[in-house]
Amino acid sequence: MTYTKLASTSAIVLAATTLSTKANAEDLTLCWAAWDPANALVELSKEFEAESGHTMNFEFVPWPNFADRMLNELNSGGKLCDLLIGDSQWIGGGAENGHYVQLNEFFDAEGISMDDFAPATVYAYSTWPKGTPNYYALPAMGDANGWFYRKDWFENPEIQAAYKEATGQDLREPQSQKELLQIAQFFQGREIDGKTVYGAAIFTERGSEGITMGVTGALYPWGFKYENTPGSYDMEGAVNSPEAVEALEFYKEFYKTATPPGYTNSYMGESLDAFKSGQVAMAMNWFAFFPGLYADPNTGGDKIDFFVNPPQNQAGSTLGGQGISVVSYSDKQDAALEYIKWFAQPEVQAKWWELGGYSAHNSVLEDPGFVDSQPFAGDFLEAMGGVQDFWQEPAYAELLLAMQKRIHDYVVADQGTAQEALDLLIEDWTEVFEDEGKL
Amino acid sequence: MSDRTIDRVAQATPERVARKIRGLSDRAIAWIFISPTIFLLLAINIFPLIWTIQLSFTNYKANRIGREVKDVGLRNYERILTDSDTWLNMQATAHFLFWTIFFQVLIGFTLAWLINKKFKGNDLWTTIIVLPMMLSPAVVGNFWKFLYQPQIGLFNYIVSWFTGKDPSSFEMLGSVTLAPWAIVIVDTWMWTPFVMLICLAGLRSIPDYIYEAAEIDRASKLRQFFTITIPMVLPFLMLAVLFRGIENFKMFDLVVQLTGGGPGSVTELTSINLKREAFEKWRTGYASAYAIILFVTVFGLASIYVKALNKVKQR
Repeated sequence: MTYTKLASTSAIVLAATTLSTKANAEDLTLCWAAWDPANALVELSKEFEAESGHTMNFEFVPWPNFADRMLNELNSGGKLCDLLIGDSQWIGGGAENGHYVQLNEFFDAEGISMDDFAPATVYAYSTWPKGTPNYYALPAMGDANGWFYRKDWFENPEIQAAYKEATGQDLREPQSQKELLQIAQFFQGREIDGKTVYGAAIFTERGSEGITMGVTGALYPWGFKYENTPGSYDMEGAVNSPEAVEALEFYKEFYKTATPPGYTNSYMGESLDAFKSGQVAMAMNWFAFFPGLYADPNTGGDKIDFFVNPPQNQAGSTLGGQGISVVSYSDKQDAALEYIKWFAQPEVQAKWWELGGYSAHNSVLEDPGFVDSQPFAGDFLEAMGGVQDFWQEPAYAELLLAMQKRIHDYVVADQGTAQEALDLLIEDWTEVFEDEGKL
Repeated sequence: MSDRTIDRVAQATPERVARKIRGLSDRAIAWIFISPTIFLLLAINIFPLIWTIQLSFTNYKANRIGREVKDVGLRNYERILTDSDTWLNMQATAHFLFWTIFFQVLIGFTLAWLINKKFKGNDLWTTIIVLPMMLSPAVVGNFWKFLYQPQIGLFNYIVSWFTGKDPSSFEMLGSVTLAPWAIVIVDTWMWTPFVMLICLAGLRSIPDYIYEAAEIDRASKLRQFFTITIPMVLPFLMLAVLFRGIENFKMFDLVVQLTGGGPGSVTELTSINLKREAFEKWRTGYASAYAIILFVTVFGLASIYVKALNKVKQR
């Protein structure tokens, strides 16, 4: 072959290859909430773009509007999202209403095993009906509700002495819910560095899911159960058990005696603001925010430390986190599945954790260096061992809004007793399950 | 050749079209002209209304397309009307409606009466006073949320300056007793200028000679106010009340921004509850019944009110 012929042939092959790549390249849109881990995912996805030739676009919606926006999108059969990192509670609706593509065949064909992921995350983020091997999502972001506190205040000898004098105990990371409240009450209204500070920032938001996610942080450690027997929808005596009543009264006392003034409608953003502005000694929030908190130049680094939601009668944390699903209305399902295949790789999962995402892959979680890799990594592992989630039923939104109302009415608006609030909640939930034909 | 417009239009009409409409009665031509509007009205008002009525007798859920839709008769209506929460929402709406209208009429009329007096800077003050109603409700909601903040909010500091109470000792948006008043204050701040403008139009429509005649008859200022000013402004005032009443019955954005319906449900107006039922819980059938109940309530009240307004006008 002459040099000219060789050059021409090479040029044609190169052009054909380029054209073929271009022809298969897709513009994928991934939808998620607008928060710190989403930025990490943008960074991570650049590798996928380089490897696959596909272009990744992102639609990130702020948390308070995330459910409204995305569920409307799914309900209307919208094609905005090819991939959706949807909340764990949406899995029932996603599966039963045909919004999500079932992934079993794809996982089998590509050799992706759910055994490679933490069992709690597979159960919560991927399966419907719960616990069955029917997968509608790949665990994407493990998360739970945890706590962080001003380590510099806790280690201050003057404050330690004052706490000892006031309570007769040492100031330390709380080992129980009651100790948590005691510490928060100690800090409430205290003068530190010439400024009045308060006990803790907890979730009290009314509109979306805030107060439910906060109060379950107390209910689960007291032993709260949604049903007497799983799958029976038999709630009398479980939802309104004496332990549940006590936990709810505890949460109200916490709100009334240990939170900043005006803290009546607060969720993730307000919790972060209260802590970063030096207003509170402790705050509850999702582990997803912890890397950003640790990196904060003013209140991070040496000034902050983390702890898992303290136990009371048992260990228990509120589950957060999400799985990644392929939207059934997408015209680009093949490319979307390609993304999931890429994302499931152990090395990608390792990088995901490194960038600030919470991998649920066993290769990351069981790595000997994992616990020491971040100051909150050990707490995260411990929390994921004791997580519980809200109902994941297709009617979850109705169930959630009923709880938001009953809890907010009691805790913030002082209406009725804890027993009445939980009794009314059972009535609301019973009505929903009757409408669903499950009771 | 004639130069009249009608002739020019006739000449411009294509022969084919002209042949078709020639011989049509005036009534038929009128129908041709109004039919697009009628069609639009049917499509975007009447059809959805009929469909909503139909859905209100079912258990339909817009987010569950494949689910069997069952006829539930009057069950949705029965549930709504026997639900104590519905009546709490109605009470919250009535409280909001009554007090916002009361304060807006009182302050709006007073401002209009003052502005109507000729003084220096009259136009500037009018412009300043109407500024709040030019803002978006979302902006006003956020803005007042900061003003009401117990630790840094200006409102609490002003109250504390007058009362000597600690600014962070009370929460306008977080207190069950204060929150319903907090939303009344904001709506009054925002919409009093609207009532003022309508009253001002009413005051300026009263001819000066009536007052001059009253002066000649030695009627006191107070007598003039009650026998001339009030009766002549009353139709305008009633119109303002009608507008504000309808607007505030469906109030949503401002209150959602301020309280989100809380604390608990004390500021959950019917429109907020309706939105939750329809687009958060997706109980479409139930929400349709709720919407029909609200529609009948507003329509009924507005009809009675308009009749009263017409009587006042005829006086």
